[in-house]
Amino acid sequence: MIPAAFEYHAPKNLEEAFRLLDRHGDEAKLLAGGHSLLPMMKLRLAAPRFVIDLGRLKGLDYIREEQGHMVIGAMVKHAEIEHSSLLRAKCPLLPEAAAAIGDVQVRNRGTIGGSLAHADPAADYPAAILGLDAVMELQSNSGSRTVSAEDFFVDMLTTQLRPGEILTQIRVPVIGKGSGTAYCKLPQLASGYAVVGVAARVTLANGKLAQVTIGVTGVGPKAYRAENVENALRGKKASDKSVAEAARHAAHGIDALADLHASADYRREMAGVFTRRALALAIARAAGKKA
Amino acid sequence: MATATKFIGKPLKRKEDPRLIQGIAHYVDDLVLAGMLHAGFVRSPHAHAVVKSIDSTKAQSAPGVVGVFTAEDFRGQIGIVPCAAQLPDLKGAPRPVLATGRVRFVGEAVAVVVASDRYALRDAMDLVEVDYEPLTPVVDPEKAISKNAPVLHEPSADNVSFRWELEGGDVKRAFKQADKVIRQRILNQRLVPMAMEPRGVLAEYKRGEKTLTVWSSTQIPHLLKTQLAAMLGTPEHSVRVITPEVGGGFGSKLNVYPEEAIVAHLAMRLGHPVKWMESRRENFVCTIHGRDQIADVEAAVSKDGTLLGTKWRIIADLGAYYQLLTPLVPTLTGLMLAGSYKVPAIKIEIIGALTNKMATDAYRGAGRPEATYYVERLMDLIAAELKMDPAEIRRKNFPLPKEFPYTTPTGVAYDSANYQRSLDIALKKSGYAKLRKEQAALRKQGRYLGIGVSTYVEICAMGPSSAMPAGGWESATVRVEPTGKVTILTGASPHGQGQETSFAQMGAEVLGLTPDDVNVVHGDTGAVPYGIGTFGSRGTAVGGTAAYMSLVKLRDKLAKIVGHLTGEDPKNFVFGGGSISSKSSANKSISLGEAIGAAYTAKTLPQGMEPGLEATTFFEPTNFTFPFGAHVCVVEIDAETGGVRLLKYVAVDDCGNVLNPLLVEGQVHGGIVQSVGQAMFEEAVYDEHGQLITGELMDYAIPRADAMPWMETHRTVTPSPVNPLGVKGVGEAGTIGATPAIINAVVDALAPFGVRHVDMPVKRERIWKLMRRKAAPKRAPRAAAKAKPKKKSKSAARRRTSRRAR
Repeated sequence: MIPAAFEYHAPKNLEEAFRLLDRHGDEAKLLAGGHSLLPMMKLRLAAPRFVIDLGRLKGLDYIREEQGHMVIGAMVKHAEIEHSSLLRAKCPLLPEAAAAIGDVQVRNRGTIGGSLAHADPAADYPAAILGLDAVMELQSNSGSRTVSAEDFFVDMLTTQLRPGEILTQIRVPVIGKGSGTAYCKLPQLASGYAVVGVAARVTLANGKLAQVTIGVTGVGPKAYRAENVENALRGKKASDKSVAEAARHAAHGIDALADLHASADYRREMAGVFTRRALALAIARAAGKKA
Repeated sequence: MATATKFIGKPLKRKEDPRLIQGIAHYVDDLVLAGMLHAGFVRSPHAHAVVKSIDSTKAQSAPGVVGVFTAEDFRGQIGIVPCAAQLPDLKGAPRPVLATGRVRFVGEAVAVVVASDRYALRDAMDLVEVDYEPLTPVVDPEKAISKNAPVLHEPSADNVSFRWELEGGDVKRAFKQADKVIRQRILNQRLVPMAMEPRGVLAEYKRGEKTLTVWSSTQIPHLLKTQLAAMLGTPEHSVRVITPEVGGGFGSKLNVYPEEAIVAHLAMRLGHPVKWMESRRENFVCTIHGRDQIADVEAAVSKDGTLLGTKWRIIADLGAYYQLLTPLVPTLTGLMLAGSYKVPAIKIEIIGALTNKMATDAYRGAGRPEATYYVERLMDLIAAELKMDPAEIRRKNFPLPKEFPYTTPTGVAYDSANYQRSLDIALKKSGYAKLRKEQAALRKQGRYLGIGVSTYVEICAMGPSSAMPAGGWESATVRVEPTGKVTILTGASPHGQGQETSFAQMGAEVLGLTPDDVNVVHGDTGAVPYGIGTFGSRGTAVGGTAAYMSLVKLRDKLAKIVGHLTGEDPKNFVFGGGSISSKSSANKSISLGEAIGAAYTAKTLPQGMEPGLEATTFFEPTNFTFPFGAHVCVVEIDAETGGVRLLKYVAVDDCGNVLNPLLVEGQVHGGIVQSVGQAMFEEAVYDEHGQLITGELMDYAIPRADAMPWMETHRTVTPSPVNPLGVKGVGEAGTIGATPAIINAVVDALAPFGVRHVDMPVKRERIWKLMRRKAAPKRAPRAAAKAKPKKKSKSAARRRTSRRAR
């Protein structure tokens, strides 16, 4: 469990990090919490020549409210999100998803930015980020741009990030009165990753679903929005029956993954089950029922 | 044993724990010697291949590298890996310490690299170039023993390692008389023992003194010492084996491994201490595995549920080579196939199959969990077929308490038991009758509760010597030091069992001291008398008895000394509170210190008495012990996901007398959790290429705290007659009793779906599919559940397992 030799850099600020990225290009890897990169390096599945550690860099570890949104620095650790009283009050879906990640040790080191940039198809955050219709800020030497969560995930382990770019911030909406969110997950029993993870956000108006967004992880090669379900429910009455009927289509058109732990059929079926469970919970919470 | 005790039977906290909890204990990896080099093994990525060439030139010249060695370099210098199993017609499957020309499993070492530090070592290992010519791997044990399968070990004509047959009673007649014959194929999947600490070896050779010291994470320091001396051609009196802290073994360290011999050889050859630490990935592929059997069972029963006879054909997947006890383990399964029932006739055939996998060997329970699992599944299958309650069918077939010692038709003599009582307590404590009502009510709501019962008997306290390949006795030396402190040197080698505490309790009890006055030393062949080791739940029943007998010898000697000094009858003394007191007269009592002083100054000893206070006992038991118990498990199945949740667990165990109930409970809890592992999570899956595809903890699931319900443990006490302590042993009871209780509960929950058997581990998707095979009937009380035998093609279930790809 010893990685191949590499050169280690710990930039003190973003500018320095951009310079290092530009200089070393493909041969460099960014290190955030290290819970995906380091195991791969130790097994020598990854052998970057340069490791640029963002852990010493100041100013990417904030959680704050800005104009009706919550903004979160990319280096905020899972445990900080899990226990943030601000997020629990303003956007409880993120703490709920964070609490479902790995174990205490992983949550104490892993970062939201690292997890999202790695884009593991079975990670928990991508579902939450999609369900919240988040906006990601990507920065490089030549400036910054924003990308929607939906556009951010391109394919398995692939994102919109271009060479030289760093994911710096995640912006999510404040969940107000009348809205509710939930994250429901079927974990893989060995790794704890999601076989299926579904994040749902709903807004109720007069008993109808004024707004529905659903993010699904674990099922396909990348996390996705269950638009079939969203469209079927938007504007409809929030009844058990309508939710159950719509949720069945949560994996419609998705090329589901198959592995040792779950077949494609099972994943598709479970996408439906957990979409229904997440929606039911989110609706109950939106209606003010404690659950 | 005295009935009123001060320390024996008391729940003392473990003396071991403070150093373990604080992280100040020492494991092999914590040991650092001056000039120490590091060894690493280059291992085969192929399950079956010819090693055409090994080019180590690049590695040899890499920075920090001291040497690269292959089988050629060790020719004639290190013997083969020892196997102690003796069976008639056992075919040869000798394992050289490094592969010679052919590799037979993924992970088999072909070369060893030695370097000055672990970093240089790791880099250099990538530079060793091995040219393999892949051969067809033999993965499925049934195919392995069929004609035309590639043969693993020429000159053998096939891959059948042995055929072991045992028959007692008139089996033909039993099946002729039967009202019903019940058949089932039951798999017992391959498991990885998964000790928290992987293996590790450090060796140092002192040239001047000509002494070889080997620190190894092992359960058997003495046997390892003897075997190393033989393998290395070194005189045994110059070899010393020390086990520092051992972070779990479960049988996986009841072995002699190539790495132990090679590291010791290299320390002698290179004149530097050499260390090797196993990685978790190596632990998966090259430390022994457990279980892995296919059992075809048949039972002949009469209408009222009386067992008439059973037939067994078991194929045991042994892997590619024999480790210490590999072929022996399946025969232990054979010995216990009567279970806790009166079966008049039994016929057993066990076939050992050689395959291109890591060897199987003793893993917690070693053959007995397999037997109990089959028997207990069979009892439930019979109950379902006859529409009887599972508890009732068991009760009907138990031998009565007055029938003990009870001898099975295959000649195994159970020492003592009361099976009825354990079952009664388990049913009562679990609220069995109420659970059945609750189950019926929930089924109407589409919720699936399952209740599983298991009543087991196991074989423990491994001895006597007549039944053991390398002696079944154990030794202990007890020394009362001149200052009154006591040292117990035990030949057993505890590695988590807590005998530093329980033996100290015994010492304090016998000599009237406190447990803090007694120190237990183990795992150093230079310090303790020759012993056998800790496995097969023998540490206390055999090792503890040896210690107890030595303690009694010293107590008697002290009594004689005090009798001589005071003129009192030695039988009249009571030991306690640091003094030896006469029951009749206070002025005939003296302090323990004074009596010890008399033994060491040797001026006032009775005539002919040897000075000093040291006694050694080699205890040979007359028989095994047979602990038993009854477990009840309650599960609920999520009909949407197939997920199984454990709701309740009640265990009633009888391990005879108990030295420390906290340790006993800990053993039972741990054993049950390991059973949950086999029943619900764990499986070493080799694909058709012989690759272990569950080769890391990201894929090989083990139970975690959140999988466990509250475990309720109860005990009955039936002292064993085969040792003076009356203890039976408890190290493996949990893994033996619990697995069938869990699976019986799962199958019981699935009864409305026409399910009569499910193979382990009961993964969610497997259950989910079974529940979709047939829609649940609206109302399905247990008695109405159809249990139609569904005959599968012989290896269908097996294939399903091995075909799964990552």
